[in-house]
Amino acid sequence: MTTYILRRLIQTVGLLFILSAILFTLVNVAPGGPITAYAGRRPRPERIEQLKRQFGLDQPLPLQYVYWLVGNDWTKIDSDGDGIKDTAGSRKGILRGDFGLSYRTRKPALDEIASRLPNTIYLMSITMAVALIIAIPLGIYSAIKQYSLFDFFATTFSFAGQAIPEFWLGLLLIIIFYAWLKNPWTGEPLLPAGGISSLDGGFSLSDRLAHLVLPVLTGTLGWIAWYSRFLRSSMLEILPLNYLKAARARGMTERNVIFKHALSNALIPIVTLIALDLPYIFTGAVLIESIFAWPGMGRLYYQSAVDRDYPLLLAVLIIGAAFIILCNLIADILYAYLDPRVRYE
Amino acid sequence: MIQSTNLSSIIWKRFTRHRGAIVGMVIISIIIVLCIFAFISPFDSEKSNLPEKFLPPSSTYLLGTDALGRDLLTRILYGGRISLAVGGIAVAISLLIGVPVGALAGYYGGKIDTILMRITDAFLSLPSFLVLILLAAILREVDLPIFQRNSVFTISLVIGILSWMTFARLVRAAFLTLREMDYVSAARALGSSDGRIMLGHILPNGIGVVIVEATLQLGYAIIQEAGLSFLNFGIQQPTPSWGNLIYSAQDHFTKYPWLAIFPGIAIFLTIISVNYIGDGLRDAFDPYKVMEKVGEFT
Repeated sequence: MTTYILRRLIQTVGLLFILSAILFTLVNVAPGGPITAYAGRRPRPERIEQLKRQFGLDQPLPLQYVYWLVGNDWTKIDSDGDGIKDTAGSRKGILRGDFGLSYRTRKPALDEIASRLPNTIYLMSITMAVALIIAIPLGIYSAIKQYSLFDFFATTFSFAGQAIPEFWLGLLLIIIFYAWLKNPWTGEPLLPAGGISSLDGGFSLSDRLAHLVLPVLTGTLGWIAWYSRFLRSSMLEILPLNYLKAARARGMTERNVIFKHALSNALIPIVTLIALDLPYIFTGAVLIESIFAWPGMGRLYYQSAVDRDYPLLLAVLIIGAAFIILCNLIADILYAYLDPRVRYE
Repeated sequence: MIQSTNLSSIIWKRFTRHRGAIVGMVIISIIIVLCIFAFISPFDSEKSNLPEKFLPPSSTYLLGTDALGRDLLTRILYGGRISLAVGGIAVAISLLIGVPVGALAGYYGGKIDTILMRITDAFLSLPSFLVLILLAAILREVDLPIFQRNSVFTISLVIGILSWMTFARLVRAAFLTLREMDYVSAARALGSSDGRIMLGHILPNGIGVVIVEATLQLGYAIIQEAGLSFLNFGIQQPTPSWGNLIYSAQDHFTKYPWLAIFPGIAIFLTIISVNYIGDGLRDAFDPYKVMEKVGEFT
């Protein structure tokens, strides 16, 4: 199995390089770019030429890609734009964690991401935890009582939950809990409609929780629908199996049969699925964080797309792709570890 | 008594037994017909009529009017044309890429398979919605003849290019098993060309999964367009789409909630119908269940 995983890892990392080259080219032929970002509104043509030399945009694209990848501190560049390569480069390249400076803030792209990432992890881990806490019992009960009224409603709910666009759900919740429902004592909106905490004053747990409710509710519904439906069908496949009949025949209580023997097997695919879904939870943050003005990575990405802040966009995409590859690998390993029948050749 | 029957009539019969799928069929048909006949609306979908702005739903304006006094229902119907068209074209494009990739990989195997599947893996490891935003943000500024400022075609193309991978994998899997069948060897022995075997003999037998997946992808593409337009990177105003209707409702939606609510209901109804249809088709195409039925009939 180790060789299988190693081989796949090497192949996929190779692919990551190809992907990064494609993304890099795309962004470099796109309008906008550093000249627009740095030259001011009506730059003179000489100034543009100078900037091009300073940013190394006069170099052939493959060389630019190499610099972007491994840095240019091993060679001389033309930092003052006079046409002579006389100073040592200072870029370290993305392989050493240098994704360049954000056009907007002129700070390292990686620092920008690092300052926003905790907020996204905070929101998304709670969203995910809530989803699983609700979806697992829902899926199990729905499967045990297949075709009951409860199952009918749970299944319908899961179809509906997957069909609701989450940004629309977010707006609906704001209409209900911010615009319509008021706090009976203060007359203020029942729940805040944006931000991670109130601007005034310090830390308060109730304030933090109040700010979490709407974004978590918005984000979690689709995942509840998805996991409960998946667990239901996963349980339904296992429930008629003989080893459960054998357990019952040995006099085991139904409770133990379901929760000890059936559930532990039904959860295996879910664990793998969660690993595979992790990246998409972060992708979903773009919409949720934009609606609720949540100061996380998703909103940073959206803002960067509006400003066409290419270093930041590329940094998020490359890190995102690496994260997806990592999660796929973890899913493979987990699957083989949890289910001894799985063998990779 | 032997009753004459064929596979497609069995599939249709099984499909009609799925209640959700039938309801979905009815709803989606109504939506499509309404969108096609949007022109019978007495109101203009793009021309502003400021004195009538922000009117709540009434007997004249069934779903109210927007910030420029345009009838919301009319705009939702015209927006539906755009959203459904994006969905349809996007799926067509991913089929055009995914099916040949999967067919070639599955049929020839070996090096071709490895290369094509690694490309597929590469696309699968892209955070697709984020790439979609990047491409749309770039293309929004480009004015090439076919890519006019995020036209319906541009958005569909971008969505399609980022979502063909499931088709490739499904078709490859189908080809891997089907190419070993005796009837394929027979066709080869009779001198059929590879192309003919792939298109005429193998593909029709693997079409079930493709149709099911295409249905689900249709809903997915519509949601992607809506999300993209909601961030204002998709279809641009004044052309309405369900997503950008919700985007433009954002400034006023707490005061005039109908502007946000109704376009979302249109998306919701479409997606849930499409998903139920997909579910029904999956059951209908399930080879084990179909074979059971064939057994019954003979």
